[in-house]
Amino acid sequence: MLMICYSLYLIHNLVLLRYHLLDCYYIEKSNRMDYVNTRRQAASMRKCLFDQGYLDEQFYQLEDLQDDASPNFVEEVVTLFFRDSLRLMANIDQSLDKCAKDFNKLDVYMQQLKGSCTSIGASKMKTECTVFRDYCRDENIEGCMRSFQKLKREHSVLRQKLESYFQLLRQAGPIECATRPSK
Amino acid sequence: MASYSTGTGEGSSQELLHVLAVDDSLVDRKVITGLLRKSKYRVTAVDSGKRALELLDSEPNVNMIITDYSMPEMTGYELLKKVKESSELRQIPVVIMSSENVPTRINRCLEEGAEDFLLKPVQLSDVSRLCNRVLR
Repeated sequence: MLMICYSLYLIHNLVLLRYHLLDCYYIEKSNRMDYVNTRRQAASMRKCLFDQGYLDEQFYQLEDLQDDASPNFVEEVVTLFFRDSLRLMANIDQSLDKCAKDFNKLDVYMQQLKGSCTSIGASKMKTECTVFRDYCRDENIEGCMRSFQKLKREHSVLRQKLESYFQLLRQAGPIECATRPSK
Repeated sequence: MASYSTGTGEGSSQELLHVLAVDDSLVDRKVITGLLRKSKYRVTAVDSGKRALELLDSEPNVNMIITDYSMPEMTGYELLKKVKESSELRQIPVVIMSSENVPTRINRCLEEGAEDFLLKPVQLSDVSRLCNRVLR
């Protein structure tokens, strides 16, 4: 009688173990699929940024510098870029608001901004910086104003897209998270 | 904003060559630090020629200086001249970086003793090639 009870107890625990292992399997599979889907979305977003001309090959250079010692290098550089570019654009705004336009000063600010755009591969912004500088050289204030408005729009669009991209990357997390089941 | 920043490559137990990077652009300082760190150099990045000279005064072990050309107050060319005029510093190789390809500018820097002149954006291959040649 005791043996029968013990056997039933063992069978019961084996059944529970089986369901527990199945649960773990499906949770892990679901986590892995979430990771894969999020990564896929991020890769697609990244491809669009290049295909639509927002980024150029310089961005690949930044990605090549990212490693275990600097796992967030690209996002750090991009964050610095948007912080610094806002400062430069505020300087340009102030200069454009003044009655007496200092085209030399405007050109210096725009040269700095163009340099930063080049360093992160912000292709459309870089192009617009060049257009602005051409207008500066011609002392064409209307041209400068139009170009600067366009530059601000490009800046805003790029910022939105890159913020979304990095958010997706953060959601996906490092590859180890895909195999760890949630508790 | 901090004007000094350092980065270290792998293998901190071994003696890493020390490169002083000078650039007034926050973004470019970050990128050049990343490039040099990836190439396994110890990096100190400063935001002006003035701060570079202050550091060189206090830190004797700088193996190379890499500086932007266009900086306010003291250009990279002026920094180069000061380094080459100094009996203590003149042996340190100096490399100039610039976003503008101006032949007269390049020639002037090379004549003044610059080891090389790199066009921005500087690539990892530029740094590897340069450091192998200059720091061998």
